[in-house]
Amino acid sequence: MKKNITIALVGQPNVGKTMLINAIGNTTLHVGNFSGVTVEKEEIVFEYKDYIITVVDLPGTYMLNDYSIEERVTNNFLRDEQYDIILNVVDSTNLERNLQLTSELIQLDKKMIIALNMIDEAKKEHLDINANYMSELLGIDCIKVSAATKEGLDHLLATIVKTYSLEKKEPKFVFSEDMEEEIRNIVTVLEKNRFKSTLSYRSIAIGLLSENKHIYKQLHDDPIWISLEPVLLEAHNHIKLHHNEESMLDIMASEYKAYIDGLLSLTVKTTKQEEQLSFTQKLDNILIHPLLGIPIFLFFMWGLFQLTFEIGSIPMDYIDAFFGYLGDTVGATISNDEVRSLIVDGVIAGVGAVILFVPNIMILYIGIALLESTGYMSRVAYLLDGFFHKFGLHGQSFIPLVTGFGCSIPAYMSARILKNDRDRLLTLFIIGFMSCGARLPVYVLFVGAFFSPEMAGNILFAIYMGGAILGLIMAKILKLTAFKGENEPFVMEMPKYRMPSVMLIWHTVKTKTWLYLKKAGTFIAIASMLVWFGSNYPKNLELTTQYEQKIEQLNNQVEKIKLQNELKEQLLKESYLGQMGQVLEPLFEPLGMDWKMAVALQTGLAAKEVVVSTLGVLYSLGDDVDEENSSLIQRLHENISFASAVAFILIIMTYLPCLAATIVFAREAGGKKYAFYLFVFTSVVAYLLAFIGYHIAL
Amino acid sequence: MRLTEAKIGQIYEVEKLYAQGALKQRLISFGIIKGAKIKFLAHTHLKSNYEIQIGKVTIALRKEEAQNIEVI
Repeated sequence: MKKNITIALVGQPNVGKTMLINAIGNTTLHVGNFSGVTVEKEEIVFEYKDYIITVVDLPGTYMLNDYSIEERVTNNFLRDEQYDIILNVVDSTNLERNLQLTSELIQLDKKMIIALNMIDEAKKEHLDINANYMSELLGIDCIKVSAATKEGLDHLLATIVKTYSLEKKEPKFVFSEDMEEEIRNIVTVLEKNRFKSTLSYRSIAIGLLSENKHIYKQLHDDPIWISLEPVLLEAHNHIKLHHNEESMLDIMASEYKAYIDGLLSLTVKTTKQEEQLSFTQKLDNILIHPLLGIPIFLFFMWGLFQLTFEIGSIPMDYIDAFFGYLGDTVGATISNDEVRSLIVDGVIAGVGAVILFVPNIMILYIGIALLESTGYMSRVAYLLDGFFHKFGLHGQSFIPLVTGFGCSIPAYMSARILKNDRDRLLTLFIIGFMSCGARLPVYVLFVGAFFSPEMAGNILFAIYMGGAILGLIMAKILKLTAFKGENEPFVMEMPKYRMPSVMLIWHTVKTKTWLYLKKAGTFIAIASMLVWFGSNYPKNLELTTQYEQKIEQLNNQVEKIKLQNELKEQLLKESYLGQMGQVLEPLFEPLGMDWKMAVALQTGLAAKEVVVSTLGVLYSLGDDVDEENSSLIQRLHENISFASAVAFILIIMTYLPCLAATIVFAREAGGKKYAFYLFVFTSVVAYLLAFIGYHIAL
Repeated sequence: MRLTEAKIGQIYEVEKLYAQGALKQRLISFGIIKGAKIKFLAHTHLKSNYEIQIGKVTIALRKEEAQNIEVI
């Protein structure tokens, strides 16, 4: 029988918790270089010798308080859930601050191990850490590890098993003498009353002195409170007097700092002490330059969209040709007309139209992965905060917003880094204006159809920036109306720059691309079939016979083709989708759209890629007679006016994100009613913009 | 003086935090506590945001928050 060990993985933000666990368990959770990548606790299970080890990766927290959602998730888990060992991950190059959290964790009175992570970087910075001595002083095993170079991992695993099997060691954390005296006084009261608790008396005493609300709740309703209260009051007064400080928060912080400073002076030696500008500082001198910083950032974004279009369009012709060939080959093997049409015009045309854009999407994902993993993201948040602040947004809103360029779903999740509920809601509402990767195919298609190739990259950049600027304006409007109130403070860590690992980037991009492909093969294939069915049925046999008779009577070839096309057009109009489109048409007519475009927008509510496949199906059925090799791009160019295309793009930019994203939005915002608000808000904005855009472009 | 009056490149010692509640906790959790040494690194173009170094960590904060920190 294997034994189960449950480990709570705790540490400050951006110390490499997730990367460490990926290294130990050989798993691949998402890793970034900014605070707050992990927003939900995630569990990993793996086997080691005779044990099944479950690691719960908790969101990073600077201290154990209930200040933000992630901190609450972590704090609640540590207090209320069952686990065997706390594995506290610390950044070896930044022990002074990391050990603050450690000090708080020690007071929880659980079995604990400290992983001195990033030990390879500490060596590079000439920090010599005496882990054995540190273990001895703290009474907690401190293990040097590096998630990047994988050193020390075996030692860590062995220590986990050892700690699990042995009795809990008493930690040796000591406060100042006057604090210790008051702790003893409180412990005495608890002992006298034989108070029953799962916590040790010492940790109750420390909790009471540090004004921990949860501990107070436990004791306040107990008869012991009568004898405890006077002692506690006396203790607080005594300590405050001694520290010459009113707030217990400050007192505890300086108590911890004093202990940590003492500990570090004994265990850490710096062998080199020269004031040299670090790599990060040198780079920051340019990248966050007061004047050049923002132009440099804009240039990077512009470059990304140029690359997305330029490089992405190279393999496009081949992919297009491949699906054309596939359609012909597969079509030739199917004798039944109906089935052939379903497979070739429905599934292959629909899925092919979506797969066409895989190269573009991959480049976009690489760009975002680079932004996330280098540490540049936090710099941009710093640069843009002043500007964002004017629009009622928070500098850190930038992180979910830029994630939104990839996909809205993780963007909605990452909005949790905003502590204030109002700021978070505001950000959630405008994330949709950041065009996600799934909308890219629609843009590339329309931009390709209506603009010259030289301009395409710029137009794409303009679409994305336009969406972002629109988002800012909407934020301001919402802030002045729906989300009035106080501003959230902006205090944020700027991580060191790190060379992103090629493996890590490749992995992120691969996962996301695979998801996109999987979606194309399943969800979009089915949607394409439905669209095909909706556009082919019901069959009007009477009309068909009528036209066929007319066609037979004609001798002129041109006339024949004209009538054939007319028939197809008529049949499409009478299909289910055609009927639906005609109901919608009056609504979309002021925007210069025909019913096909109206239908494509509706199917886009399920997923934005479906817009492309719907257009592919609808426009390929109408006129495939004399244009053997015309691409969808050409067909759109011939059938849609420029002004209508502008209106169409504007709607795609602004209306409701896909179904999955809307569900996540509702969850993160806190209720279904918010999804309804979002629907109304985005629909009104989209319609108005498209109306204005259409009339300007006309 | 307040941190907002600090000069680029100089090192200061934290004297007092005027902040309360959540902001105070936030500052403390970043190691901005009485007696801590702060190096003033940079500010943005319109002085709306500040960049400081405390220990080995670089922290960005807004003018409104920097005004809550008394340094000498």
